[in-house]
Amino acid sequence: MSTAPVLSAVDVTKHFVVRGAVGDSAVVRAVENASVDLHAGRIVAVVGESGSGKTTLARMLARFYDPTAGEIRLDGVSVSGRPTRAYHQDVQLIFQDPFGSLNPVHRVRHNLDRALRIHDRRMSAAERRRRAVELLERVSLTPGEDFLDKFPHELSGGQRQRVVIARALAVGPKVLLGDEPISMLDVSIRLEMLNLLDRLRREDGLALLYITHDIASARYVCDDVIVMYAGEMVEGGPKDEVIARPAHPYTKLLVESSPDPDRVGTVSRDELFDDAEALGEPPSLIEPPEGCRFHPRCPFAMERCRSEAPPRTDVGGGHWARCWLHQEGRAHEIGESTFAAALTRRDEQVRA
Amino acid sequence: MTADTRADADRLVAAARAGQDEQAQADPVLDVRDLTVSYIGPDGGTVACRDVSFQLGRGEVLGIAGESGSGKSTLITALTRLQRPPATTTAGSIVFHPAGRPGIDLVPLGARALRKLRWTSMSIVLQSAMDALNPVMRLGDQFADVLRTHNRGMDRAAARTRTTELLGMVGISADRARSFPHEMSGGMRQRATIALALACSPQLVVMDEPTTAVDVVMQRQILAQVLRLRRELGFAVIIVTHDLSLLLEVADRIAIMYAGRIVEIGSARALYRSPAHPYTRGLRDSFPPLHAPLTTLHGIPGTPPDLRRLPSGCPFHPRCPVAVDACSTTPPPLVSLPEQAAECLLLTNEEAS
Ligand SMILES: Nc1ncnc2c1ncn2[C@@H]1O[C@H](COP(=O)(O)OP(=O)(O)OP(=O)(O)O)[C@@H](O)[C@H]1O
Ligand SMILES: Nc1ncnc2c1ncn2[C@@H]1O[C@H](COP(=O)(O)OP(=O)(O)OP(=O)(O)O)[C@@H](O)[C@H]1O
Ligand code: SF4
Ligand SMILES: [Mg+2]
Ligand SMILES: [Mg+2]
Repeated sequence: MSTAPVLSAVDVTKHFVVRGAVGDSAVVRAVENASVDLHAGRIVAVVGESGSGKTTLARMLARFYDPTAGEIRLDGVSVSGRPTRAYHQDVQLIFQDPFGSLNPVHRVRHNLDRALRIHDRRMSAAERRRRAVELLERVSLTPGEDFLDKFPHELSGGQRQRVVIARALAVGPKVLLGDEPISMLDVSIRLEMLNLLDRLRREDGLALLYITHDIASARYVCDDVIVMYAGEMVEGGPKDEVIARPAHPYTKLLVESSPDPDRVGTVSRDELFDDAEALGEPPSLIEPPEGCRFHPRCPFAMERCRSEAPPRTDVGGGHWARCWLHQEGRAHEIGESTFAAALTRRDEQVRA
Repeated sequence: MTADTRADADRLVAAARAGQDEQAQADPVLDVRDLTVSYIGPDGGTVACRDVSFQLGRGEVLGIAGESGSGKSTLITALTRLQRPPATTTAGSIVFHPAGRPGIDLVPLGARALRKLRWTSMSIVLQSAMDALNPVMRLGDQFADVLRTHNRGMDRAAARTRTTELLGMVGISADRARSFPHEMSGGMRQRATIALALACSPQLVVMDEPTTAVDVVMQRQILAQVLRLRRELGFAVIIVTHDLSLLLEVADRIAIMYAGRIVEIGSARALYRSPAHPYTRGLRDSFPPLHAPLTTLHGIPGTPPDLRRLPSGCPFHPRCPVAVDACSTTPPPLVSLPEQAAECLLLTNEEAS
């Protein structure tokens, strides 16, 4: 990418200190040495299992959390110590829950008006009203006039989430961070929201971060994908590269676990679900596994994986992964069979 | 509707029932007919489930999908007779066929008789595992409770052995029996509730959004366990979810609900390859592909109707991309096709010609 990123996380780490019942404390290593660049007009998706640190990363980018180490840069300048109010005119975060994020006792107009006033104190009431209608129509709530006087409870989930986006746009941000912005919505309206994100990127040149569990929706809307596992970024690159040719065993597991109706009728159901059980539990982030955090579940794990953290390897075309297989000349094995088959092979070897 | 078209419709309904899955018909574990459930309120009733009919074969996996508010939870709480007021079953029958014994209609059954059937014949896994587990009771004690209530002769030691066995089936080690629910991960809790549902070897297990709260890897792990146990123990499964893409992979047959009705039911394969109802088609096309080339998708425009003010004719007509004039006036009959049955006017002969 030739242009400079609008927003970057540079090697950010977030540790939470939690207190146990008996007064002892423990450190949750929620995000470790994560970096991401967001560019104008592009969408980066962050995928990964529950608890892998996606929300924590977004909250650091939105400056709701200060990183334990590393820094956030807006237009190349570190934001540490700068006022957050001005920052939120440039960077807006949209939460998962379309029901909790609007003030229920106020009409849509009031919800938008506040954001508009923050954006520009000199704007007259008439101008703000005109702008509110414009914003509502921008998110396809048309005619906007009809929605101004509605209360949140009078709107469907999809309409509410669009009001939330309109409100985020009201401050004229350069960056929109969406933390599972559609996962609570009905499937029938999810596409509408994804198409809206796509328009905001194309027509308004926003830089977008899209966090999701759903790889198919990430592929539908994003340019690049980053995969997180247990607080670490394990793979990233152009979406089709990452999804069609995973360079990390966890990504392969994630892609193969995702529903894929195209397989219906071509593979037997028992085969599809076989061996998913042998996988074991996700790791603890208080005492994460040594070396590669995926090694206890990884069918390819070698001696080295258990002790040393794998370095980042570039596999070409902006596609990279953190996995020892690349250093050991075994990367081709990732693509040679399904994850389940590799798991079965490992277990047979262990038994033998 | 004229008397003639009504007679036609009745014939089609009969045909559709006859044409349902052969396995389900030969040896059904559940036979549901014309089930109607209303929420009775001060301003009248909301019919959340209307004339629902289907059969479930022994050991079969039936999926139920549909948008939020389409009546999925209403239907399965009625099926398991776990519904609470204001929900009321106002019509229909739910005949449960225990293996080797005559069928029992659950609708008129009293509380005591129902209690006998619960857990031992049919059990339910609720959407939130937290709702199913008692937060102040150790896991092992909850299992012992269920086991010993339904099997008077079982002593403590036997209950402990069986609990270990059940937890083992879902990949939870025996020492976890001493844990409280909050000490386990969400996925582990959900698997524990599945094990609990299987504790008394039921013939039917009903699950409401069993994996909505977990990620795709855990989801596949949980469903793999359910499918393996089903293979080994032979129970039938009803899974409710709004994730049709997932159901297409796990279910033998799928029922699609819209505004309280089953608008299409058929094999998973048929519903994916050749959906007969425009709503099913819309739902199917709401999932971007994981690998196939991408095109712009549009989902289903509009929102589901208010059940108290259902549109005339076909309830889907205001959102339907292929509706014809008749759709706004004539309720569509259930039309039977080789691998599925659907309620859409376009499938009737007059409209097709
Ligand atoms: N405020 C906090 N205090 C302590 N631990 C926290 C806090 N916030 C998050 N964590 C922990 O950090 C880890 C990462 O959580 P995070 O919410 O970022 O994950 P996620 O990838 O967004 O998961 P999900 O997909 O379930 O939303 C988890 O183990 C979580 O329990
Ligand atoms: N206690 C209640 N009183 C009145 N109406 C109710 C009640 N519970 C549900 N309903 C109505 O019944 C309809 C069906 O609800 P139900 O919960 O069965 O839908 P669902 O398909 O399970 O939706 P979801 O996907 O959101 O779980 C809805 O329109 C709902 O508003
Ligand atoms: S580094 Fe080793 S354990 Fe980690 S993913 Fe690669 S092969 Fe598996
Ligand atoms: Mg999160
Ligand atoms: Mg429900």
